[in-house]
Amino acid sequence: MKLTTIIKTTLIATSIMASTFAQAADMRIGLVVKAQGIGFFEAAYKGAQEASAEIEDNIEIIYTGPVTPTAEGQIEIINSLISQKVDAIVVSANDPDALVPILKRAQQRGIKVVSFDSGVATAGRQIHLNPSSNELIGRMNIELAATSLEAAKSEKGDIAILSASPTATNQNIWIGEMEKALPEFPQLTLVATVYGDDLADKSYRETQGLVKTYPNLKVIVAPTTVGILAAAQAITDMKKTGEVFVTGLGLPSELAGHVESGAVNSFAIWNPIDLGYAATHIAYNLIQDTASETEVEMGRMGVAQLDAEGNAAMSSPFVYDISNVAEFAKIF
Amino acid sequence: MKQLLKNREAQLALVILSLLAMIGAIIPDFLAISNLLGVYTDTSILIILALGQMLVIITRCIDLSIAANVALTGMVVATINSLYPDFPVPVIILIGAGFGTLLGMLNGWLVWKMKIPSIVVTLGTMAIFRGAVFLISKGAWINAHQMSATFLEIPRYVFLGLPILGWCSVIVIAAMYYFTRHRQLGRKIYAAGNSPTAAYYIGVDVGKKQFIAFTISGLLAGIASYLWISRYAVAYVDIANGFEMLVIASCVIGGVSIAGGTGTVIGCVLGALFLGIINNALPVIGISPFWQMAISGSVIILAVIANSRSERKVGRIILRKAVQNAS
Repeated sequence: MKLTTIIKTTLIATSIMASTFAQAADMRIGLVVKAQGIGFFEAAYKGAQEASAEIEDNIEIIYTGPVTPTAEGQIEIINSLISQKVDAIVVSANDPDALVPILKRAQQRGIKVVSFDSGVATAGRQIHLNPSSNELIGRMNIELAATSLEAAKSEKGDIAILSASPTATNQNIWIGEMEKALPEFPQLTLVATVYGDDLADKSYRETQGLVKTYPNLKVIVAPTTVGILAAAQAITDMKKTGEVFVTGLGLPSELAGHVESGAVNSFAIWNPIDLGYAATHIAYNLIQDTASETEVEMGRMGVAQLDAEGNAAMSSPFVYDISNVAEFAKIF
Repeated sequence: MKQLLKNREAQLALVILSLLAMIGAIIPDFLAISNLLGVYTDTSILIILALGQMLVIITRCIDLSIAANVALTGMVVATINSLYPDFPVPVIILIGAGFGTLLGMLNGWLVWKMKIPSIVVTLGTMAIFRGAVFLISKGAWINAHQMSATFLEIPRYVFLGLPILGWCSVIVIAAMYYFTRHRQLGRKIYAAGNSPTAAYYIGVDVGKKQFIAFTISGLLAGIASYLWISRYAVAYVDIANGFEMLVIASCVIGGVSIAGGTGTVIGCVLGALFLGIINNALPVIGISPFWQMAISGSVIILAVIANSRSERKVGRIILRKAVQNAS
């Protein structure tokens, strides 16, 4: 009895102390985006506010960015954030190198720096948060193909990849990761990889070619925005909606129409709300000094692993389908 | 000379037929009427643009900005449609044609009045037009769901077995055939390119003919822009990026001389169809993309070699005749 009372009192006492301390500390995090008025970043701000509401300490998020997307504009803003003595700066850079000197200065004054979305060179920040990793992107594309196969009401089926140009580095890495994940999905048979060169007309023609050549084709995976749109249009024009599904990576605002028409069942891309949320958590952990060399906690997004250069990957790309595409189409 | 040119077109037609036979041997389905009509429809935009380019090349000029014109006019057309979905589509098409014409006139005016070589003018306007697309769109894309249903459906509407898109190119071919063969202005454009000095002496204003060629090229690009946007149902900065090379290649393969003065509508259409068939067949045959590039490139070079050989003969004959006539 006595023991529990003591514990209770100490708990209450510490929590009061903690909260008053927090009130006094009044942490401020500057969220510097590429430019004002971009839906993607406003969604990231929404995520940052969500994180600050969640964290018990009283955090103020200062959402700011230049009017036009220039590195000069961001340097000015970061300068003023330094003189306001913010605790951390979370930035999506317009130039990876131009911001390094000013961000170094910020770090010298004890300000923690996290870059997200569009990174800053290693010297300018402590952690860079990538929305995803190549491995996760590759795996997600194959998972999407499996979902689309179910939508086509087939147990087994052929899939094909429609890429950008055959020399596009990121595309080739993702295709490599897709092939690695493929053995875990025995229902999927990869029959071809074709290249649309990120040109609408070539991607359209390649899609027609795929449908004509492979009668058992059920899913076309296009991890490129031009490709996924052109493929969806070609499938619609060939009147193959419901038989062949297109999936891959694309933006909700670009694909909303094709999800509605049924050419696309689901697709993926990072969620900007989650990105702003996770970046804010990382900044908070840096301020609190609770991030280790190899790991940092991101609230509901889990724990991110850090590599030697402080790069972190947030999560698998976020899946969009008919249930949420309209809502996100307004954002980006 | 006429006989020889006719032969050339017959040669090209033979090459196309044997190409089709080769493809048909691998994939018999490719030769189905429905598929061939599909290939023709797919090539329609290329045909329309190649015919505009042909006129410009005949006057000893070149229009590198033709694809950028498609992109800029296309973005204008798409923007109008997305902002005012109830605005009647035929009026939008007219606006597109008019806007494309204006861009063509700008090129033509700079060549005619400023006396700047066309390759420099159109290299400049190509960059300007692409930049302007970005300024209008601010980098944002206009997608299928932002376009009205009528806007997307008109070129897809099938009339007598062929979509309107295909009919558009049929009409343009017929009009250009009539214009280049039976109109005085059309013949003067050939004269201006074949021998500017001689044309000047018979009272043909060479610069003005170049201006007219660019204007028509702009008009056709304006029409093609609407067809392009509605076919692929997306408008963005890089629409038809690099397409000008395919357009020029169609002309060259079709026997339009880069040196000016020669080239026919039928040859040009056959040149475009040749590329169209290759572009449609390669994905179905399923060979490596690197081979695809190499094949397209080799075909163009072979066509240029064939051209320059036949041209050399033509040139000599003309010269001899001219010398004989003069003496």
